[in-house]
Amino acid sequence: MSVRILGATIVRILRQLLHDPRTIGMLIVVPALLLALLYFMYDDQPAVFDRIALVMLGVFPFVIMFLVTSIAMLRERTTGTLERLLTTPLGKLDLLFGYGIAFGIAAAVQASVAAALAYWLFDLDTAGSSWLVILIAVTNAVLGVALGLFCSAFARTEFQAVQFMPVVAVPQILLCGLFVSREQMAGWLEAISNVLPLSYAVEALQQVGANAEPTATLWRDVGIVGGCVVVALVLAAATLRRRTA
Amino acid sequence: MTSAIEVQDLVVERGKRRVLHGLTFAIPRGSVTGLLGPSGSGKTTLMRAIVGVQVVKSGSITVLGEPAGSAPLRRKVGYLTQAPSVYADLTVRENARYFAALYGYDAAIADRAIADVGLAKAAKQLVGTLSGGQRSRASLACAIMGEPELLVLDEPTVGQDPVLRDDLWKQFNDLAGKGATILVSSHVMDEAGRCERLLLIREGTLIADDTPAAVRAAAGTDDLDEAFLRLIRAQAVAA
Repeated sequence: MSVRILGATIVRILRQLLHDPRTIGMLIVVPALLLALLYFMYDDQPAVFDRIALVMLGVFPFVIMFLVTSIAMLRERTTGTLERLLTTPLGKLDLLFGYGIAFGIAAAVQASVAAALAYWLFDLDTAGSSWLVILIAVTNAVLGVALGLFCSAFARTEFQAVQFMPVVAVPQILLCGLFVSREQMAGWLEAISNVLPLSYAVEALQQVGANAEPTATLWRDVGIVGGCVVVALVLAAATLRRRTA
Repeated sequence: MTSAIEVQDLVVERGKRRVLHGLTFAIPRGSVTGLLGPSGSGKTTLMRAIVGVQVVKSGSITVLGEPAGSAPLRRKVGYLTQAPSVYADLTVRENARYFAALYGYDAAIADRAIADVGLAKAAKQLVGTLSGGQRSRASLACAIMGEPELLVLDEPTVGQDPVLRDDLWKQFNDLAGKGATILVSSHVMDEAGRCERLLLIREGTLIADDTPAAVRAAAGTDDLDEAFLRLIRAQAVAA
């Protein structure tokens, strides 16, 4: 792994994004639109909006970055640039961390804009600080990136990559504690929920919503999500083979 | 050590199909070698094996004294894939500068490679908006930059006009004159005449490994197209 190559890869990925104003627009505007939708849905129930919008600030970046990353990585495979890169001094970690950091930066912009709108325009109310919300949202986005990088190894085409979303992202959304509180789930469902990273991210956000000061549970949860990012990246590196048939 | 590439009994299978059947040959340093054969004969598979991205069943490949695909080779070998493998959503210059950064070259080398392939005027264009021939050249710029010791080029002149093709071949010969080794695959037989050595491959076996003059003599004709056809037919009859 080389700092120079990692830096060049981060710059390259960001340049690709910058040449695509439509994607930038969608990355920034879509979460805002979805929040607006939620705002109007829960017009007369601000407490419910607070609960749901807070969780969605973590879920939207996760889902969007998972999709964007799987497709971006698949494109490298199908256009042959990945194979070419693997004949150069570039290391696997340079590429994976390059995507993680570059898309992490994009996610930071996305999460900041969404959070700013949620707090200022939609009157989101949390006991804890908005910076913690943004931090957790960005960590979540990076989780989406790491899982996207890992899952792209199992798809041969963008068509297949997109179909991983209902498999990887949707169960986590259903079981994360937003629809049904985790303690109220059947034992086996709760057990599954306990091994899904998004459950801990959502719990961290709920901690910020309920407590003025960051709690130990919050930091533990952020640590767990961070750990899952590392595991996913290690698995992604293991499945990225230099030699293919 | 005078061989740039030494291949010994190379067997490659893709899926259930055996693509290369025990190839053995050596390519001397500083030479321009043409790898010719019908489509599907295994040229691309052989080139992928040489640059180290092909799973190999058995046999050995030694490139510049190291096993193919080992880490120290990656900064010495330039590889061009058959389909252009550059980023369509970056400009020509951004692509070249990225690959230059991977090898540790500065921007000047990237810009010189772009000029060498005749894309200086199109340097600021997005690769996705270029014509097919221009895109191939953008891909080629990223392979030849920095004058690597070994250049493995899979059909580098396909889709280019004769003037440009002539220009590119002059550059390949210049690079070889400076000591680089060049392995070029092609369908176009008159380019075979510009190589010092020819490797003719058909269905995963070598049917000739010699200079163009010797191939012409063996086939009994001056036209390399015709020579190749005769050699293939002779082998098909013998098989």
